[in-house]
Amino acid sequence: MLSLFIILPLAITVIVNILPKKMVYPLIGAVVGMVALVQMAAVFLPVSQPLEIMRSLGELVRWDLAVDSLTLVMLLSIGVVVAVTVLAGTQLIKDKEQYFQFANLVLLTLTGMNGVVLVRDIFSLYVFLEITGVASFILIALQKDSDGLEGAFKYILFSAVATIFMLSAIGIFIMSAGGTSFGAIQAALQASSGNIMVLLAIAAFMTGLFMKSGLMPFHGWVPDAYEGAPAPVSVMLAGVVTKAVGVYTLLRVVYSVIGFTPQVKMILMGFGVISIVLGALAALGQTNLKRLLAYSSISQVGYIVLSFGCGTALGFAGALFHMFNHALFKSLLFVNSASIEKATGLKDMERMGGLGSKMPLTGLSAGIGALSTAGIPPFSGFWSKLVIVVALWQAGLPVYAVIAVLASVLTLAYMLMFQRKVFWGKTLEGFQQVREAGFGLMVPTIVLALAIVGLGIGFPLLFNTFMLPVDRLW
Amino acid sequence: MSIHVFYIIMGLMTLSALWAVMARSLLRSALALACASALLSISMFVLGSPLAAVFELSVCAGLITVVFISTISLTQPMSWHETMQHVHDHLKKYWYLPVILLIGAIVLTTVKVTFNIKVPETNVPADVRDVLWHIRHLDVVGQVLILLVGSFGVSLFFKEKHKK
Repeated sequence: MLSLFIILPLAITVIVNILPKKMVYPLIGAVVGMVALVQMAAVFLPVSQPLEIMRSLGELVRWDLAVDSLTLVMLLSIGVVVAVTVLAGTQLIKDKEQYFQFANLVLLTLTGMNGVVLVRDIFSLYVFLEITGVASFILIALQKDSDGLEGAFKYILFSAVATIFMLSAIGIFIMSAGGTSFGAIQAALQASSGNIMVLLAIAAFMTGLFMKSGLMPFHGWVPDAYEGAPAPVSVMLAGVVTKAVGVYTLLRVVYSVIGFTPQVKMILMGFGVISIVLGALAALGQTNLKRLLAYSSISQVGYIVLSFGCGTALGFAGALFHMFNHALFKSLLFVNSASIEKATGLKDMERMGGLGSKMPLTGLSAGIGALSTAGIPPFSGFWSKLVIVVALWQAGLPVYAVIAVLASVLTLAYMLMFQRKVFWGKTLEGFQQVREAGFGLMVPTIVLALAIVGLGIGFPLLFNTFMLPVDRLW
Repeated sequence: MSIHVFYIIMGLMTLSALWAVMARSLLRSALALACASALLSISMFVLGSPLAAVFELSVCAGLITVVFISTISLTQPMSWHETMQHVHDHLKKYWYLPVILLIGAIVLTTVKVTFNIKVPETNVPADVRDVLWHIRHLDVVGQVLILLVGSFGVSLFFKEKHKK
């Protein structure tokens, strides 16, 4: 049954490319949106009695797939962000043929990410990471402008280096385990702990994942890729792609394969803190809105890694909750940035001002997204940051907890700077005719803003249902 | 086969790889890469993995070289002056590569490093059909996906070129 998460989007991709273009072009957005909605529904409403055909299919394909609360949260995040991306794309990609290719690549990225979160085999994990990566390069360069090509090139370059590290490590893992399943490798690593070759492999694998996560100081590709990509692609990259191929994989591999040694904890928390602080400081110095959001992403990924690195069940739950929240608020902020860019043709915040009166919904939702990122109550970001700080404190790491709180002040500072420069004050000359963006951008804006508020208010529901079950994993 | 022949193969492969990075024309780089790949195939065959050798030879040395050369044929050749400038820049940029290779080779042949990893027995069937269709079929699906993604990428970028 779990194989359907891979088979369905793959089959849809094949089908839409076989059918006549005249028939498919008007429907492709809705089809991809439906696939994303089905995925979200499958997370909330697991089928207890599968249909006969599904059961037969499940018996035919015996893949090493598994699901736990970490996987469920990722599948949900992927579904939400893909739905938002494809909807935003209807507004921002006007060329029908280009939109068709965009939708196809989004479907393939979705398939790749689903594979990444479901597999329990190190080599299959690598294969699906590459699928997601290659589809993302093409999406970033979709419009073939110089910014997009530069962003894609940097992403390819960093990703290739990360791949070399990871593939070398996988080779050593397989050599020492004689198999590729997470369980076999975990047992082999435990048996040969202290072996210099194995330690080198672990270090190489983690370095590759730090690059893919965009953690500082391996973040060189993130600002250019997020800035250069077409707006809907930036939503998907920041919202979920980097999280699935980088952060999730890091969490999964540390949890299921490498294990929490004191050295691993120290490395995770060290890089987490560096990313939080330097990412926030770098964001403060930006004038380009998309670059500000990119540095903000680097900083928030730092929170996730720091929380996970403290090595407790609550820390894991906090990391998971913040990863989900990040998918919501960063997608919202990138949709806002797309609306602003569409309305004004600008990314430079220095040339904007007073847009709040002309784009009230965008202004209000951007405020919600910004406050949630900064961890201000009652928005969902507040709860995940609170859980992170409590987890750090309980783990006997008060210095890290204080840094996490202080860095939130920095987050608030750059988010307020963004609000002030873009939305507050008197409307500048030339922006008198500016209006809200159309339906394709307003719907995800409203849905994501409501989700952030709703999740903030109904925090116990999602936290107890999805995040705290990590206790059972521990 | 004597170990010395194996060392010669490895040495030639390293030199080909170096040539691929240092060559002044893209075409020669592609050919050097194909050469390195072919030598890698021979070393795989010598090490007792004929299947991996066949894949390496057909895909890396064969197919990828064809793709590279087809792409290079679409580009404009450089003028003599540009070529000389390129050679100069290349040598200036990468002069340390042969030095590093030489030092690395000396270190690896003089220092005896023991990694002490015991390679466990595997129960993988020898038949490639069994491996691909019964054990690694998820990876085969992955390969199909990669091909699909690649074809979308090629159609996206080459169509634009055709329009121009």
